[in-house]
Amino acid sequence: MAATLPATSYPSPPSMARATPRGRPPARRRVAPWADTVFALLTHGAAWLTLALMAGIIASLVMGAMPAIQKFGLGFLLSAEWDPVQEKFGGLAMIVGTLATSFIALLIAVPVSFGIALFLTEMAPGWLKRPLGIAIELLAAVPSIVYGMWGLLVFGPLLARFVQAPLQAAFGQVPGLGALFSGPPVGIGILSAGIILAIMVIPFIAAVMRDVFEMTPAMLKESAYGLGATTWEVVWKVVLPYTKTGVVGGIMLGLGRALGETMAVTFVIGNFNQLNSLSLFEAANSITSALANEFAEAGTGLHQASLIYLGLVLFFITFCVLALSKLLLARLRRAEGARS
Amino acid sequence: MSGGTAHAARLAMHRRRKRINAIALTASLAAMAFGVFWLIWILVETVRLGWGGMGLAVFTQMTPPPQADGGGLANAIFGSLTMVTLATLLGTPIGVLAGIYLAEYGQKSALGHTVRFINDILLSAPSIVIGLFIYAVVVAPFKGFSGWAGVLALALIVIPVVIRQTENMLGLIPNALREAAYALGTPKWKVILAVTLKAARAGVVTGVLLAVARIAGETAPLLFTALSNQFWSSDMSQPMASLPVTIFKFAMSPYENWQQLAWAGVFLITLGVLALNILARVLFRDKH
Repeated sequence: MAATLPATSYPSPPSMARATPRGRPPARRRVAPWADTVFALLTHGAAWLTLALMAGIIASLVMGAMPAIQKFGLGFLLSAEWDPVQEKFGGLAMIVGTLATSFIALLIAVPVSFGIALFLTEMAPGWLKRPLGIAIELLAAVPSIVYGMWGLLVFGPLLARFVQAPLQAAFGQVPGLGALFSGPPVGIGILSAGIILAIMVIPFIAAVMRDVFEMTPAMLKESAYGLGATTWEVVWKVVLPYTKTGVVGGIMLGLGRALGETMAVTFVIGNFNQLNSLSLFEAANSITSALANEFAEAGTGLHQASLIYLGLVLFFITFCVLALSKLLLARLRRAEGARS
Repeated sequence: MSGGTAHAARLAMHRRRKRINAIALTASLAAMAFGVFWLIWILVETVRLGWGGMGLAVFTQMTPPPQADGGGLANAIFGSLTMVTLATLLGTPIGVLAGIYLAEYGQKSALGHTVRFINDILLSAPSIVIGLFIYAVVVAPFKGFSGWAGVLALALIVIPVVIRQTENMLGLIPNALREAAYALGTPKWKVILAVTLKAARAGVVTGVLLAVARIAGETAPLLFTALSNQFWSSDMSQPMASLPVTIFKFAMSPYENWQQLAWAGVFLITLGVLALNILARVLFRDKH
């Protein structure tokens, strides 16, 4: 253990008489005595800049949204009316669109990511782990505009033909369920946006799940294997309970990504403000797609302020989700530190 | 007899557990295949549709008007390269300095914890909000979309990526190295620059490459900062074309020639981004 202690904490042996130092230690460094101070100030400055950035983003959003906040108040969040001509704005349709697409994305991405993490940690042979891990990471590297264009022109039409049309044929007449599958099966809308978002967040969730699964002590897993547990039982009853805060943290990270994703959603969601239909096939709008489509054209005034208000709402939601994710992951890491 | 039935029951349970295990592992294999399937599909389509639009004209000619013959993406490619380069040059030093602060000065301090927390949120914050921020502080006061505004927006995305990577990489450097340098009387700034940062160089460069890959494909923060430009422009105070925004405009249009060029652009961006990602990984693996 002694070898890992920092050198400074060795107590000086009392028996040894201290030699009187000859000469004097240099009171000041001869070369650039100010360099240390300057460098420390620079790094501190850069750190403060990060905080200032966050404060600046929040302040500029609040200030930009102020006219809309004063005019509509919190009622903005509950009204679905969006009429630039009469200057009446309410963000409910976009907020619902954002939440609905992200919810669908998680519904698909969470089980798939779990499967991928399970495969990469427990099943894949050593030589396959790295290439497959990289393949999943590359899925996160593909720019969102590529997902968008591919989703609109390649994936959408196929989804319409091979998934939406059969679903409509099968469930269209069923009361209740039919409403979900009504509307034109054109491959654009909430469902397509949700599926593409799912593909985009899978790498983020899967990467966190894989990392936290690998934090499970080998001893714990091997004990379970030793008692005759199957791979599935080890993952489901030992690894998952041990890492559950981390897994939820990973899901929250994915949710944060899905909520804020812009281009891919803008391409495939259809950009149509509506709340009347329950249908998953209907075109809709999300906060990000409304911003991407309207902001540059909106004149300064209430229209722009309302769009910034939407941006503020989006930032607030993602901030909370990401902060929660961070806290959960930190808690797992602390517990890990305490145990080992 | 009772022993026999108990044995049979145990065997049945054993079989059931085996079956559940087999089903779960098959599902997990399917999930893995599901993930890889999308990557391959997207790459194949990008190459198939993008290759058709490729040609020398893409690199030499300006973006054309709708339904015109010829035309390329030269101004968009130039705009993207310029803005990405400048944003990287601007964001990297700030990110590295803040990363150094987190790893070498404020590991346990309150400021350090706060910065780490805020940085992780900035890392995943919606990029379109960064666009709104730059619009509010740069575009609106100076009354105009400009290349500089685009550079700033992209730089703000580079910073958190580089901070995170720098801190992580400096954290891997053993303390003995620092102590050895201190013992020689080296001042702290020199220890950091000449010893720890140098030892972590490969990791930091990887982080910068990943940041470049990230901003090369970013569209949302450019939409209302750099806007777009139909013509060649190297004046950074004017609206500037970029590859992602041009793709967005062209892909959403009904015109055949624009869509063709959009696919060519998608091909270029995907190729570039994936190459950067692979380069970053190769570089990092060789050094560690």
